[in-house]
Amino acid sequence: MSAGSSPGPFSPIGIMRSWLRLKPAPDSRPARGSLVAWLILIASVLYFFLPLVATLEYSLRPKPNHLLAYQTALKDPKFFSALAYSFVVGVITIVLSISIILPTAFWVRLRLPRLRSVVEFVTLLPFIIPAVVLVFGLLRIYSAKPIQLVATDLGSTAVLIGAYVVLSFPYMYRAVDTGLAAIDVRTLTEAAQSMGAGWGRILIQVILPNIRAALLAGAFLTLAIVIGEYTIATFLARPAFGPFLSDLGRSAPFEPAAVALISFLLTWLAMILIAIVGRGARTRVQVGGAR
Amino acid sequence: MAFLELTNVQKQFAGTAAVIDFNLAIDRGEFVSFLGPSGCGKTTTLRMIAGFERPTSGAITVEGSDITNLPPNRRNVGMVFQSYALFPNMTVAGNIGFGMKVRGKGRAEISKRVDEMLELIHLEGRGSRYPYQLSGGQQQRVALARALAIEPRVLLLDEPLSALDAKIRIALRAEIRAIQRQLGITTVYVTHDQEEALSLSDRVVVMSEGRMEQVGSPFEIYNFPATRFVASFVGTLNLVSAGVVDGPAGRVSIAGQEVTAASPVTPTEPDGSVTVALRPEGLSFRDTVGQNQLRAAVDDVAFLGSVVRVRVRLPGDGAPTLHVDTFNEPHLKPPAIGENVTVSFPREACLPLGQSATPGSSDPPEA
Repeated sequence: MSAGSSPGPFSPIGIMRSWLRLKPAPDSRPARGSLVAWLILIASVLYFFLPLVATLEYSLRPKPNHLLAYQTALKDPKFFSALAYSFVVGVITIVLSISIILPTAFWVRLRLPRLRSVVEFVTLLPFIIPAVVLVFGLLRIYSAKPIQLVATDLGSTAVLIGAYVVLSFPYMYRAVDTGLAAIDVRTLTEAAQSMGAGWGRILIQVILPNIRAALLAGAFLTLAIVIGEYTIATFLARPAFGPFLSDLGRSAPFEPAAVALISFLLTWLAMILIAIVGRGARTRVQVGGAR
Repeated sequence: MAFLELTNVQKQFAGTAAVIDFNLAIDRGEFVSFLGPSGCGKTTTLRMIAGFERPTSGAITVEGSDITNLPPNRRNVGMVFQSYALFPNMTVAGNIGFGMKVRGKGRAEISKRVDEMLELIHLEGRGSRYPYQLSGGQQQRVALARALAIEPRVLLLDEPLSALDAKIRIALRAEIRAIQRQLGITTVYVTHDQEEALSLSDRVVVMSEGRMEQVGSPFEIYNFPATRFVASFVGTLNLVSAGVVDGPAGRVSIAGQEVTAASPVTPTEPDGSVTVALRPEGLSFRDTVGQNQLRAAVDDVAFLGSVVRVRVRLPGDGAPTLHVDTFNEPHLKPPAIGENVTVSFPREACLPLGQSATPGSSDPPEA
C-alpha cells in the first residue's frame, strides 16, 4: 500500500483496526481522504440504524406503558412455540446442509478444482429461483402420489427443511469454501491418509475442526435466514416464526415491530458469537522462528 | 530381493510425461535420495510410492507385494511434507498419536509411543503444545515423529528441510540421518539440494525431465558423473568442449592445447568434439611434471573463506574459462589478475562425458 493511501489511526479503518486488535498499517499518518471516509461511514451507519431506530420508536409508542408491545409479544404462547419450531427446523437444516456441502466443497477443492465455478453457480441457484417458485414446485411434486409428503405435518416439515437446506446452499458453500481456502486441504488430507485414515475420519477429525469458525459462520447465517423466512413456511402452512410475525401484524399494530427487534437482537447475538469464535482462531500465530 | 522396487514406472499428466521408465530397487534400511531440479519428476515418483498418484504404467512393490493400486491409507508408508502438514487442531501428542489412534491402539500404548517419539526428537515435555506454539524446525521434527510413530515400512520425505533456514537445515539433516540409522528404516528422500543428497544418502538418483540420469553412491555421483547434466547439477564443474585428437589414447585438445583424459574418448557431438569435465578442486597452479598442463591468464579471484576460486581464461578468441579452487593458505598470495599461469591436473581429473539420458537436456537450470 502506498504511503499516501494508508489509513491513519483516527480514520474509520484505523479505528476498526484497533477494535479488531489488528496491527496498524505500515504508515499510519492521517490520510487526506479521512474526511470522505468519515462521511461515508456516517452515511452508512445512518442508512443502517435509522430504520431500526424508527422501528424501536414505533414499538415504544403505546401509552402509558411504552413496553406494552414487548410484554404482549412475549406473553403470546405462539411467540415461543413459533420461535422454537423455527429454531429446531434451523438446526436440522444446518446439520443437513453441512453434511451435504462439507464433503462436496472438500472433494471439489481436493480432486475437482475445475468444477469449482460450476458448483459455485449451482449453489447460487436459490438466489435466482424465487422462493415462491421453489415452494410451488415442491407442493406440486410432494402433494401427489407417489410421494405425498405434504399430507401430514411431519411430511410438510420435512419438505420445509428440504427447501431450507437448498436456500442455505449459497451461504453455507461460501462459508465452507472460504474456510477450506484458509487451510492446506490437500497436504492435511495426504498427511492423514499416510497415517492410515479413511475419508470419514479425515473429514470429521482433520478438516472439520480446522474450519470450525467458517462452519459457524455458515450455520448462523442459515439460522438467521430460517428464523425470518416467510414464503415457503406460509405456503406449506407451517407454524414458523416468519408467518407468526406476519399474522401478528394483521391483528396488532405495535407488536410486530417489537418482535422484529427481538429477532434482530437474537441474530446480532449470533453474529457476535461468530466474531468471538473467529477471533480465537485468528490469534493463533507462529511464536518462534525456524529454530 | 529388493525391499522396495519400482519397475518400468511411468506417469503422464494430460499427455505430458512426468516420469519416464523409472526402474529402481532399494534395499531394506537403505537411504536413497531423488535429486534434481524442479519439474524433473522426483516428487511425482515419491507420491506414486506414497499412493497419492497412480502410475500410468509399471509396478511398485514392497517386500514383494504389489502396492501399485493400493490406496495410500493401506500402504503403511510414513510421509514427511515440506510444509510440515501438522494437524493444527491437535496437540503435538495428538499429532504423533494420530496414526496409532487410527489403528485402534489403546490409550496407554499410544501415550507410551508418543513419549518414545518425543524423546527421539528431543522434544520431551512438549506433547501438550499446539503446532502454532512451535518453531519451524520443531514442527518438522514432530512431523517426522508422527510419520515414524506408526512404524512404517518405508519413510518418505518430500523436501522436508526446504522451508527452514540454513543452520537448522544442517542440524536437522544430521538428526534425520541419525534417526534413520538408529531405526534402520528404508527411506526415500526428495531434494533439489545436492549437498543435502550427497551428505545424507547411501545412494543418489539424479533425475532430469522425468528420467533417471544416474544412480550411484554420493562418491560416484560427485566424482564420476555419467552425463553432462549430472556433472553440471552436482557440484561446480568446468565443462569445456574439446576436439578429439586420439580417441583410444584419450588425447583431446582444449582451445588448441592437448591434454590426456581419464579414459578413451569417443566424439559425442556432430562436429566430432566431446565435452570434458574438469573439477575445480582437481586443478592447481603447481607445475607438476607428468601432469596435464594448460597455459592461461588470471581473469578473476574470488575469496570464499577456506577456498580461493580463481577464474582463468585460456588463450585465443572465444577460448573457455576455467575455475580453479585452491585452499586458502595465508602465507601464499593468490595470483594477480592478468598474471600468466599454468594450470596443472592429473589425467583422472579430466572426465569425458557421455550423452544425457534426457534427449535435448543439457545444463540444469540455474538454482
